[in-house]
Amino acid sequence: MPDALLLSRLQFAWVIAVHILLPAFTVGLASYIAVLEGTYFFTGRAVYLRLSQFWLRLFALSFGMGVVSGIVMPFQFGTNWSRFSDLTADVVGPLMTYEVLTAFFLEAGFLGVLLFGRKRVPAGVHFFAAVMVAVGTLLSTFWILAANSWMQTPVGHEIVDGRFVPQDWLRIVFTPSFPYRLTHTTMAFFITTAFVVIGVAAYYLRRGRHVEESLTMQKMGFGLLAILVPLQILIGDLHGLNSLEHQPAKIAAVEANWETRANMPLLLFAWPDEAAERNRYEVGIPALGSLILGHDVNAVIPGLKDWKREDRPPVAIPFFSFRLMVGVGIVMLVVTVAGLVAWRRGRLADARAFQWMCMLVAPLGFVAVLAGWVTTEVGRQPWVVYGLLRTREAVTPSLNASDVALSLFVYVVAYIVIFGAGFYFMRRLVSAGFRSAAEPEPEAPVPTPARPLSGATRAR
Amino acid sequence: MALDLVPLWAAILAFGVFMYVLLDGFDLGVGILFPFTRNQDDRELMMNSVAPIWDFNETWLVLGGVGLLAAFPLAFAIVIPAVYFPILFMLIGLIFRGVAFEFRHLSERRHLWDGSFFAGSLIATFAQGIVLGTFVQGIPVEGRAYSGGSFGWLTPFALLTGAGLVAGYGMLGACWLVIKTEGELQAWARRKARYFTIGVAAFIAMISIWTPILQPQIRERWFGGDHPLWLWPVPLITLALFAGLWRSLATARHATPFIVAMGIFAMAYLGLAISIFPMVVPYTFDLWQSAASPKSQAFLMIGTLFLLPIILGYTVYSYWVFRGKVHPGGGYH
Repeated sequence: MPDALLLSRLQFAWVIAVHILLPAFTVGLASYIAVLEGTYFFTGRAVYLRLSQFWLRLFALSFGMGVVSGIVMPFQFGTNWSRFSDLTADVVGPLMTYEVLTAFFLEAGFLGVLLFGRKRVPAGVHFFAAVMVAVGTLLSTFWILAANSWMQTPVGHEIVDGRFVPQDWLRIVFTPSFPYRLTHTTMAFFITTAFVVIGVAAYYLRRGRHVEESLTMQKMGFGLLAILVPLQILIGDLHGLNSLEHQPAKIAAVEANWETRANMPLLLFAWPDEAAERNRYEVGIPALGSLILGHDVNAVIPGLKDWKREDRPPVAIPFFSFRLMVGVGIVMLVVTVAGLVAWRRGRLADARAFQWMCMLVAPLGFVAVLAGWVTTEVGRQPWVVYGLLRTREAVTPSLNASDVALSLFVYVVAYIVIFGAGFYFMRRLVSAGFRSAAEPEPEAPVPTPARPLSGATRAR
Repeated sequence: MALDLVPLWAAILAFGVFMYVLLDGFDLGVGILFPFTRNQDDRELMMNSVAPIWDFNETWLVLGGVGLLAAFPLAFAIVIPAVYFPILFMLIGLIFRGVAFEFRHLSERRHLWDGSFFAGSLIATFAQGIVLGTFVQGIPVEGRAYSGGSFGWLTPFALLTGAGLVAGYGMLGACWLVIKTEGELQAWARRKARYFTIGVAAFIAMISIWTPILQPQIRERWFGGDHPLWLWPVPLITLALFAGLWRSLATARHATPFIVAMGIFAMAYLGLAISIFPMVVPYTFDLWQSAASPKSQAFLMIGTLFLLPIILGYTVYSYWVFRGKVHPGGGYH
């Protein structure tokens, strides 16, 4: 029977893995919608309005799911990780509260105006609402990654009676890994959205539907990817260097590197055997690992045996998840290049195999985000605050295994039902497609009283 | 030594939770009212009356949660594990009702998502009421952690407060619909508001009698020592507000019932605050013992004092944008 600790970890992994898929999509989509609204506002071209209205429906659906699954997250800190809350809240609590104050309220406040207010507010205000929603999602990313980065590379605090007490807020927010993590994650979210947009456009182009809209989507998507995908590979490399400096045990696990050595190979495949402290079936390129991580073939890379067994992260999970993420990244680069070539040749609309490929890779961003997140979070183990607080010391003391098993079961079933239905509805929205330009909007203009609550003063 | 921020944080947090109770209270109440009508057009209007603002309302819950974590972490670390299952039920309820706003328009089986909207609203409300009851009856503590069992919250008193909150949110929801609708539906909402008002009055009476019997500290505060005289206005004003609500529901007033119902909530909340203060983990730790380090409280206070007025500003703005009666076809779908 698994204990309350393992079950709590599984529960956290489950609720956050499902949740992260939604910001991975909506952060990029909010910015995309803001760009569409802005382009429409300044050029008046109807295609941008139709695009925005179409993506707004998908945004509303996924944002709603993101909100409800997001509310679960802070409560997890209380229900299952109350020791973590007690010991680290002085540092983590304000960061999360700033997320609510700057981001949540901003998004939620202007989302209503964005979704329901097109006829009720001036066009400029509506565009402003779109920008505010996008800014809110980015601020949210900022604060959550600040909190996570502090847990990965904690600085700026002192420890008093086992509790983390803040010393320097600037250092706490801007920890050494924060700039890399923030850039890498935000770009991953934008890339994820871009691939979905391209995939949806490909779906229509293959059927000859909504050609004008779809070509606009693909051009905007590939334009963005042409910049972001190569940049993301560069940032990923820098992030790796940063992790080697501040979380060397994580890098050792990611590379399944047991011995400290120069000329470390880059393993393409291996089967890490943690009991025997070695790898089976290794296939690698000699010295390339040192070259990538140290930017020098003679760079000495620390091995897992430098750490006591109880201080090492699990090896197999980060090893494979990292390779999955990088593999997806390479596929993305190939598709991006193919897209730019097809665009240049004017073949975006009629290259059938290419559109088929675009549809196939549409969900890849989610795979990369999940794989990257698994790499970084499992690689942090056995610590919840790296090097300072162990995960097993963070769990709620009063929990028993059967309670957590029950709650985990409820979360699994509920999420499968809710997010399964959500995915189904999103597919239906996509296959329903755009409203044609001639078709009037279904929303009837609503007579608005001159004063608020005017019903109150208008005795009937 | 720096300024003592603890009372200010207690006030901000109390304000945030009160905002949540009022705002999400009425939209949860709209969900609780759902099964009382089978008329699809009416349900459409009821839904549209809260669709643009519900997730804004719910944000106050997140503020309450993480605000407690940031300002009074010890309370967060003890109280939340004590209500492990009510929190679970609340979250699952909020999920099922939250997605219904979007899903019901897209599904052929609309009644399924109507049911999810109702059941989610009911369960979330009932669970919140249980959290309240558990809090009032006291939480067993050992060291810095909850020491009770998994079902310590399952008491007759907590079930009563759970049911009481369902009546309360139902009352708020019905009064909200009186503002936002007209004609038949509005008359229907007035009738429902009266039923729920009777229920709320009965629950408040029962809880007011039971609480001092249950807790000597609370008995002492209200009936012993030197305070009682100036505490009397709280129950007296509550009584007057009930009378006012009853009358305003009978007349043609639109906004008055909702305003008066908010007053009743404010009085009940004030009564709770008077009973519990300064405890934040009843009856072990007070606000000062549970507070975060002064540096954390100060860091957060700077931003909060600046941001809270802005948030309140666009709260008012977004309610202003969607002012007036709801009409058929008001959604964006």
